Amino acid sequence: MTTKPLAMRDVLLERIWQAMAQDAKIFFVSADFGSPILDKIRTDFPNRFVNVGIAEQNLINVSAGLALEGFTVFAYAIAPFITMRCYEQIRVSLALLSEARPINVNLIGVGAGYSYVVSGPTHQCYEDLTLMRAMPNFQVFSPADHITAGALFERCLSSTGPKYLRFDAQILPVIYEQAAPDLQLGFHVHRRGKHACLLATGYMLHTALKVADILEKSGIVPGLIDLVDIMRFDEERLADELAGYQGLVSLEEGFRGRGGVDAMLFDFLTRRELPLKLLNLGVEGGYRFELGTRAELHEQVGIGPEAVQRRVAAFIQALSQ
Amino acid sequence: MSSETPDLRAKAHWVWRETLAIHRRAPETRLASSLSSVEIFVALYYGGVLRFDAAQPLSAHRDRCVISKGHGSICMYPILADLGFFPKDELLRVCHSGGFLGGIPDPVIPGYETVNGSLGHGLGVASGMALGLNRLNSDRQVFVVSGDGELHEGANWEAAMFASQHRLDNLNLVIDDNGISMLGYTDDIVSHHPLVERLSAFGWDCRRVDGHDVLAVRSALLDMKASATGKPKALIAKTLKGRGVPGLENAPLSHILNPKPELIDRLLEQMP
Repeated sequence: MTTKPLAMRDVLLERIWQAMAQDAKIFFVSADFGSPILDKIRTDFPNRFVNVGIAEQNLINVSAGLALEGFTVFAYAIAPFITMRCYEQIRVSLALLSEARPINVNLIGVGAGYSYVVSGPTHQCYEDLTLMRAMPNFQVFSPADHITAGALFERCLSSTGPKYLRFDAQILPVIYEQAAPDLQLGFHVHRRGKHACLLATGYMLHTALKVADILEKSGIVPGLIDLVDIMRFDEERLADELAGYQGLVSLEEGFRGRGGVDAMLFDFLTRRELPLKLLNLGVEGGYRFELGTRAELHEQVGIGPEAVQRRVAAFIQALSQ
Repeated sequence: MSSETPDLRAKAHWVWRETLAIHRRAPETRLASSLSSVEIFVALYYGGVLRFDAAQPLSAHRDRCVISKGHGSICMYPILADLGFFPKDELLRVCHSGGFLGGIPDPVIPGYETVNGSLGHGLGVASGMALGLNRLNSDRQVFVVSGDGELHEGANWEAAMFASQHRLDNLNLVIDDNGISMLGYTDDIVSHHPLVERLSAFGWDCRRVDGHDVLAVRSALLDMKASATGKPKALIAKTLKGRGVPGLENAPLSHILNPKPELIDRLLEQMP
């Protein structure tokens, strides 16, 4: 049986809607951003749904206030706006305040990377992983399919503190047909291989799977891992998993070399004294206004399957010499 | 004044003296902004306005008091110590290693609700608390003390629209309208006046008071607290920055001026 791919947000929102019937402490706050499933929340729980309007600063502060009164809050907006428009509110009223108070606020940002393909750089989001991981106390999740996105619901409820859920705006193919990744582990091993391991997050997992398939045909067999939990993955187990490789390739739909997942992995390798070379792949260059499909845009900025395959093949060749 | 409330004028004078004394020991504290708000906090805490439990500062039964102008609330330190939120000895360690009373108060201080001092956040967070209390059917109220200078932050006006839209009449904003921000008179920088008219246009129920007449502040706060008209409420308290300190009072740069220690000693001696 094949599972029909769904939008990440709809799957999580469906879980929230179901839970709101039993759990009177769940509150949903939107910054004038919707979805068909959100209409059910608005209709069925008008007392615990509020639309603050196009006002992300207030979205965060109101969410913090509700959380201080004991509510588990889901705040919902487009990814660049829910992270960057209101970054100081997030820092002060969520990251800093959670150092002193138990607050549970879950930011759902829709529009990871280039997923708002034709909307251009205002609505695309290549800086959020860097910014959100910069704050202590924040948990950051980057799912690659709707099964993972839905599984994050339990973590949102069971773990206090502020969280950022980076969701794709497009419907992505299902990866986890059998079972969602183990969120205690925070990553999922797809393939074990030789020489180098690809470590991808979000949409880039799909690219990494394509690249690994192509490379395998030419006899290169890299490992492949999906990183879901950017901040609190099981470091011990990831270090064990990487033992035996000479190289690690990070793949993120965010600016390369600007403090995102690549910087996190560099810190991880250095701190644990792991002897792996790092090839960090992400969006090259700056902001661009060209129109194109997501695949075309990705090739232009160095993270399309062809570009990634070339870079990885050369990297592995250098390692194996 | 009812018999159980202390002599508020005497209390306000004592807090004024203690605030000066703290600043004498910790010149990093913002004195001028903390002297404009003395009577506001005295009325809130000694005037029977706020319900609180010093032994359980976060008790669900308290009225919430969000102090948005964190830097300008050093006068809260003697008040909270006097009311038993923490030992009075702490007043001797303001801005010192090992203490928790800093130049900008943090929520690790018993009696402080939120992260303050980065300006313009208090009203939004308080609006969320007020909405939450409303949905929990609580009769507790939320007070916010903010400066007039921080009203330059646009997030306040997002919150002001939100609070009236949701008819949060359990939300009470007290504006310490001392008319001066860091670099001068707010009217010369970007004026927020006429404040009553502007907030009223945003759907708020507004009152005005002489912010240094502690009895008038108390009765305005009590009146505000008792009113439930479906509108959030604001009290604009006209105050003087650096009140009572020659050279500091209403001086355009009072925010960053520190009076000489000898002047503070003389004032404390002359005004026991």
